[in-house]
Amino acid sequence: MSLSLADIKGCPLDRQRFTWRELVQRPISKLDADAFTRVRIILMNGLELEALRFQHAAARMNRELRLALARVRRVEHHQATAVNWLIGADHSPLETTIAYEQVAVEVTAAVAQREPDPYMAQTYRFGLLEDFDHLYRYTAMLDRLEGKDANNILQCYSDILPGRPTVVEHRAPEDDLRRPFDAATAAPLTKLHALTIMAAEQQTHNYYMNIGPLFSDPVARLLYAEIASIEEQHVTQYESIIDPDQTWMEQWLQHELMEVYGYYGCVQQESDPRIKALWERFLDYEMGQLAFVIDLFKQHERRDPQEVLPDRLPDPIPFASQRDFVRETLQSEVDLRANGTEYVGDAQDTPASRDYREHMNAEGSPTEAVADGYRWRPGTELGPPPPQAGF
Amino acid sequence: MKETTTGLNRTGIKASPIDAGELLETLQMGPIDGIDAAAPPVTADQLRMSYRDSGDRVGSMPPPVTVKGLFGSAVQALSGNRLQVLLDKLGERAAYERSGTRLYDAALRRFAGLALPAGMSIEALSEIREEEARHFQLLAATIEDLGGDSTTQTPCADVTAVQGMGLMQALNDPRLTPAQALQTLLAAELIDVASWELLIELAEAFGLDEAVQRFGAALEAENRHLANVRGWLAAAIDEEAHGKAVATAP
Repeated sequence: MSLSLADIKGCPLDRQRFTWRELVQRPISKLDADAFTRVRIILMNGLELEALRFQHAAARMNRELRLALARVRRVEHHQATAVNWLIGADHSPLETTIAYEQVAVEVTAAVAQREPDPYMAQTYRFGLLEDFDHLYRYTAMLDRLEGKDANNILQCYSDILPGRPTVVEHRAPEDDLRRPFDAATAAPLTKLHALTIMAAEQQTHNYYMNIGPLFSDPVARLLYAEIASIEEQHVTQYESIIDPDQTWMEQWLQHELMEVYGYYGCVQQESDPRIKALWERFLDYEMGQLAFVIDLFKQHERRDPQEVLPDRLPDPIPFASQRDFVRETLQSEVDLRANGTEYVGDAQDTPASRDYREHMNAEGSPTEAVADGYRWRPGTELGPPPPQAGF
Repeated sequence: MKETTTGLNRTGIKASPIDAGELLETLQMGPIDGIDAAAPPVTADQLRMSYRDSGDRVGSMPPPVTVKGLFGSAVQALSGNRLQVLLDKLGERAAYERSGTRLYDAALRRFAGLALPAGMSIEALSEIREEEARHFQLLAATIEDLGGDSTTQTPCADVTAVQGMGLMQALNDPRLTPAQALQTLLAAELIDVASWELLIELAEAFGLDEAVQRFGAALEAENRHLANVRGWLAAAIDEEAHGKAVATAP
């Protein structure tokens, strides 16, 4: 059932308050919670952190919006805290990394299948196969460094196989830029997808940049350095599909709408009643923030917000295993490369990207080294012989 | 007492029979590009060696800054002893005992007001905590007596703190069962006992008779801690496994 945006109310901004105790709720159980509950937590933390990143940039460029931005941002910050602190401390940084890559794989694959713009869908499939490969590399690292099975995080929802090898994902900056959608003609879903995936990727980039130095093992440090560099490329890619000619107010409105859309999807699909209650509360908060920004939009732009907002929210992004789609995409598109804004076969890779990649890999490739000959199996490399398929 | 219960653990492959069947199809796939390829030109071990062979260390010992320290170093050097090695190991033990005191603070919080395993009491737990704190003070005083600086974080102190991070993380998790908390303390005590034994051997080699005597008393206490914790843990597991009655803490 889609949500009407005709009469937005939500919780008024001045009633969106927290105590410290409310910010720090009991974490989910790493062992007992469904992997998609963790996927939703990580994704929504990404959306909140993107809201903060955007609103800080906006405050630096818009004198007259500073107070309004500060007020909304305070709530966004506390929402991010409440959401992110649901991850328990028994997740090692590498285990959380596995969960981040599951978000990237499953959410991007879901988005790619529903995206109405074929070029955007291609862009998501392109990014998907790169994150899919990261999941494989980190799985090898988790097994070989900590002796742990990534499937305990993934819960059998996601395959663990090489994708487009990370070693060839390194591109010259000019091959990371894509063609943006036109905000005047793009479908509402196209805008929501682009912001959502960009939000998830910038969060992943920041996470890897923060935790990479926590590892003592030089190969783990190298691995995070290499994959963080791809996440930076992905943020560049997904940022570039967004129409840069939208005004600050229009972009703010779209960000708030994206958050409403995200929490709406979580409310619809959450299986854990305690976490669902939090999603419901934050959906109400985000509706209030959207209403607040709609009023600001009217004041500052002197035009009708309905010009840029849809009447109804599209159906939510499904949170479910996209295994078949990922396998098909892997089969047909693993050899694609980027040439400027276009996707081409590996023979049309650009000299600039080849030069850049050869130099970066000149002293060895951490992602190749860590997964040398690695094939996941239950209990993984040191485990018992694998059971047969169909078990 | 909160015990481990049977519930919806979703981690094992048998927890997801349908999805597992699909996942296991990947094991039947033939040669896969990127897995069944030649070894990379630079292997993970080669990358690690290149860092190991740089010769870097986590840090250094400070040079002696007091007359006592300079004199002590010179005297020990005449006997072929390097005082900074002893000071480093004393610094390690001091750091461990100070953190160990905090570990027992966490344990006291964990068990306060709860039913305890047979034979365990809050008084006995508090006593261990106090002895850990006294051991820290004994070690700090010994370092100062030797002309060292007891506030220095020595290289071995740094490494032992890294090792202890897992113990701290585990014990401070409010979701731990009593048996899980005691298992954490057992790991801490086993390290402590063996490390005191080695420290005493080292102090003997340096001819520090008075310190050796005091350290011997500390080791005796640590052996008592180990025996207590081990016994409480055995009782806690026994109670979990067989549902025996437990004592209640005051």
